[in-house]
Amino acid sequence: MHICTVTPISKTVGAARIYPAQAIPYPTGNPDLTIEKEDKRKRDIVLNALNLLLQ
Amino acid sequence: MKKIVFYTNQFFGQIGGEDKAYTEPQFHEGAVGNAKAFDGKLDDAEIIATFICGDNYYVENMDAVKNFIKGQLKDIEFDFFIAGPAFNAGRFGIACGDVCKFIKEEYNVQAITGLYEENPAVEMYKKDIYILRVGKSAAGMRKAVDIMAEFTNKLQRGEKLGSPTEEQYYASGKRINVFKEKNGAERAVEMLLKRLNNEKYETELEISVYEKVEPAPPLKDLKSAKIALCTSGGIVPLGNPDHIPAATAKIYGMYDISQKDRLSEGEFESVHAGYDPVYANKDPNRVAPLDLLRKLSDEEVIGEVYPYLITTTGNSTSVADATRMGKEIAEKLSEDGVDGVILTST
Repeated sequence: MHICTVTPISKTVGAARIYPAQAIPYPTGNPDLTIEKEDKRKRDIVLNALNLLLQ
Repeated sequence: MKKIVFYTNQFFGQIGGEDKAYTEPQFHEGAVGNAKAFDGKLDDAEIIATFICGDNYYVENMDAVKNFIKGQLKDIEFDFFIAGPAFNAGRFGIACGDVCKFIKEEYNVQAITGLYEENPAVEMYKKDIYILRVGKSAAGMRKAVDIMAEFTNKLQRGEKLGSPTEEQYYASGKRINVFKEKNGAERAVEMLLKRLNNEKYETELEISVYEKVEPAPPLKDLKSAKIALCTSGGIVPLGNPDHIPAATAKIYGMYDISQKDRLSEGEFESVHAGYDPVYANKDPNRVAPLDLLRKLSDEEVIGEVYPYLITTTGNSTSVADATRMGKEIAEKLSEDGVDGVILTST
């Protein structure tokens, strides 16, 4: 399960399961948010990514 | 005198390094940054304007950047567009390919860039624009500029182009009629004979090789799954004990995280030279989300977390090295009974 920001690169090299990340320097975070909101955002990204493992 | 517009990034535009990668697009009159390297090499043409944009900003805001460029070019007439060269830089390569494609479609002028053969933007844009073959890194700047300037001059003179190999650009897959002394069957037999005799021959039709990776079968459930955390974002224990290189890595590291609830500041750090590490160093879980995986395991959403964090830096890493490392890691994980992997990339 690949979590990355520039998803076309991931597609070019043949990855089957790709989920878009938050941003290049912080794929599973966001320093502009409060800690609570950042945790929520991280949970969304990683859980959505994990769920793609079931498909 | 023909007018050329130029595009470059924050680094070659001399604004700064990775800490300036979110620089918003800028418009400058004349040649700025590495556009100056083309001075004196373009026949009867000059660079009248330079756009500079941070690499992260471009790939995360592609439409906004193009709108900015469109706005700036509203009252400017130009004949040609040059972007880069971006060598093996992933984000800059995509920016160059994307901006050239846009310029060509929107203004109906030729737009060229220069990329190293493994740059992912080659596959993405070679059908749309001329991409010249250049070296891997900025050490090849002088040579790249010569190739790009000569190609520009040729197109501006309206000269007929030779084959992609002769002109040093990546074949776009277009077929054009050419006349040859011998017919196709004769040429094919000649090639076959040369091949059988182990002699050198040049194919007339390159067959594209696409990466095909068979997807692993889906998991039945997450609740019983053992999940491993891998990253190409260069998160390593403070001090980088295995000396994982900041770019063009050929090695990866495995770090015991079995006793950790999260990757803490001051205990782990980023050694990746391809992005600004400030936010990752402050909280490494922003790149390798161990804190969340632990919570998900406690909540019994997933079964367990594999006891090692696997790390490399995916910064100008060659496809060959990346493939080899990927295979080694996959074999190890599969031996250890891992069911699924979260791989994060920066």
